[in-house]
Amino acid sequence: MTGSDSIAGNDAIADTGPLTGAQEPAEVEGPIVGPDVIAGDGSTRSVSKPRSGKKHSHRVHSMQVGSSKLGLTLLTASLAMIFLIPLVQMVMTAFKDGDQVVALHPPVYPASIETYTAANGQAYPLYSVPTANGNEVLALETARRTTSTFIDPKTGKEIEWTGNWRGLNAMWYFSPKFDNFGSVLNVLNFPLLFRNTFVVSIVGTIGAVSSAVVVAFGFARFRIPGKNGLFLVLIMTIMLPFQVLLIPQYIAYTEIAWTGTLLPLLVPNFFANAYNVFLLRQYFLTLPRELDEAAQIDGASPLRILWSVIVPQAMPAIIAVSLFHFFFSWNDFFAPLVYLSGHPDLYTMTLGLQAFSATYGNANNGTLTQCAALLAMIVPVVIFFMGQRAFMRGVIISGVEK
Amino acid sequence: MVIVDDKQSVNAPPKKGMSLQRRETWWGLAFLSPWLFGLVVFTALPILASLVLSFTNFNLSHPGDTRFVGLDNYARMWSELLNNGNAGASLGVTVRFAIMSVPLMICLALGLALLLNQKLLLGKPVFRTLFFMPVMVPLVASTIVWQGYLNGSTGWLAQILSTFGLPSPDWFNDPAWALPGLVFLGTWGVGNMMLIFLAGLQGIPTELYEAVKIDGGGAWARFRNVTLPMLSPVLFYNILISIIGVSQYFTQAYVLDPGGTGNPGGSTFFFNLNLYKEGWSYNQMGYASALAWLMMAIVVTAALVLFRTSARWVFYAGGDR
Repeated sequence: MTGSDSIAGNDAIADTGPLTGAQEPAEVEGPIVGPDVIAGDGSTRSVSKPRSGKKHSHRVHSMQVGSSKLGLTLLTASLAMIFLIPLVQMVMTAFKDGDQVVALHPPVYPASIETYTAANGQAYPLYSVPTANGNEVLALETARRTTSTFIDPKTGKEIEWTGNWRGLNAMWYFSPKFDNFGSVLNVLNFPLLFRNTFVVSIVGTIGAVSSAVVVAFGFARFRIPGKNGLFLVLIMTIMLPFQVLLIPQYIAYTEIAWTGTLLPLLVPNFFANAYNVFLLRQYFLTLPRELDEAAQIDGASPLRILWSVIVPQAMPAIIAVSLFHFFFSWNDFFAPLVYLSGHPDLYTMTLGLQAFSATYGNANNGTLTQCAALLAMIVPVVIFFMGQRAFMRGVIISGVEK
Repeated sequence: MVIVDDKQSVNAPPKKGMSLQRRETWWGLAFLSPWLFGLVVFTALPILASLVLSFTNFNLSHPGDTRFVGLDNYARMWSELLNNGNAGASLGVTVRFAIMSVPLMICLALGLALLLNQKLLLGKPVFRTLFFMPVMVPLVASTIVWQGYLNGSTGWLAQILSTFGLPSPDWFNDPAWALPGLVFLGTWGVGNMMLIFLAGLQGIPTELYEAVKIDGGGAWARFRNVTLPMLSPVLFYNILISIIGVSQYFTQAYVLDPGGTGNPGGSTFFFNLNLYKEGWSYNQMGYASALAWLMMAIVVTAALVLFRTSARWVFYAGGDR
């Protein structure tokens, strides 16, 4: 697996079964890795030899291909649904009443029970009640365990019904509630959490990316005695468990009174994280040296070469690393927990969310925490959807190049 | 293979004797300096310090009383490991989790990558994004989401199972099911590995599959004789990364039980919950350092075993290993 391996050409493995080989047009699809990133030689690999010469069999063939395409896509879609269904429950629950969550046979979507307003001006919930005349929609006036009083909305007459009303199906209708958001935002200082997290993520990302670019340039383009040894050390620090560094770092930050401030979450980023350096260095090595050399002949200093020649060419990798670090900071929990505990005014989003969940875990039958979780994940998920191509390319650069 | 070796450099071979080479070295070191500084201050010194601390009784609330206690911390750890004290129990939970989670995640990631690599699949970019997306959800939030989903009465999983007449455990409130619940929660992190497998799959030359076909091999033969060996370096990397991941497991367990006792019944009392409790609740940072070194030793050993055995099962197509 070297830099020339490509994820471009997604149909590289054309040979998935006896049905392939028909002249189905190759899917047009944005390759994760642009051809400029890593040589995209996927196109040479696709196999599109027609296997059958006969027209008749070709038609049958393409029909079969069509149906297995559909089958495969449906299978994958159902897997994706199973995979993401907890997310659907979370979104639905965030817009639900607590009562609906514990009701018997509630609909999956946020809903309310239809009501009937009686002559006295009172609104009563409507239920589907099995009576002698089949199922009738009746309004529950007085609920008791064995017999209940209902009102027939059509006549306005009271009906005594024997049975437990809790077993009845209510007449639900779709109605999202926004009260949960209000309740969450009353307790959770969302603007504050957002601001703290934003500062930590943005400042951290600026520091991490700028320092990693500089160091990666050093590793990629300069002859330094012992450089390979240093690079090996860099790789090793990627694998180092954080536990062995944490305690002395914490003690040192306590000594200089940095605990209880954002500084321990910000400052170390400016000293080049090994993982980011590794990723950028791998990328820089794929860039042609001719441009550097031309700039050098024109008298450009190394800093100038980095800024004007390397950085513009390396934008895809730089964006990927920025996104990595941004998500990492935004979602990090342990470091904020250790350094910011007891300072709620500095809490980041994940810390605020955890504190909220610890206190209000079951409030309103759990709808509030689901709502808070939704609020906490909106920013990273939206940014991911916007930057997903650059991001996933980064995952691949880091993983495949080993 | 990891490190693309670069012998060339920006500057042409030195023409004006050593001065140019020297200049280049100084520039290079200047560029490396942020990292070199960080290496010393944020990595090298802390490692040494934590090793030293592990032989002391350092307590953050009264650091003045610090003295060397020899192997006391390690002796305490050893006895806790032997008689299933906190260290032993928490290590046990972590190992059990690893045994359940790592193989499942590898198989799931590989299976999804194979599926998303099928030529016949429509809308690949959409599926890739969907399967990757939960990786982006903050762990605190995804734990809360799964607490809702796996709730024994109101959770959708229990309700889906009950429509088929199946019983559902009350996952995170049942000592027997809390850890499997966390394993399921972990599947939301499958996206990274899946993408890496996918990239590996797409790097396999089609000629190899052609060759198997000519030899009359079926789908299984193609998988067994081409895909698996060609993918073994990626598999190796993914196993290593998952082991490191398990060794750092903390957030999900902490969200489940902020008290840090690994409720229900200690079934989610992960190694790092214990470390956090010793170090931050009890301020026993000397002992916590010893715990950190135990985990470091375990991870390094696992990595070494993996590297040693890799010669037998990891196939590097380049043949340079």
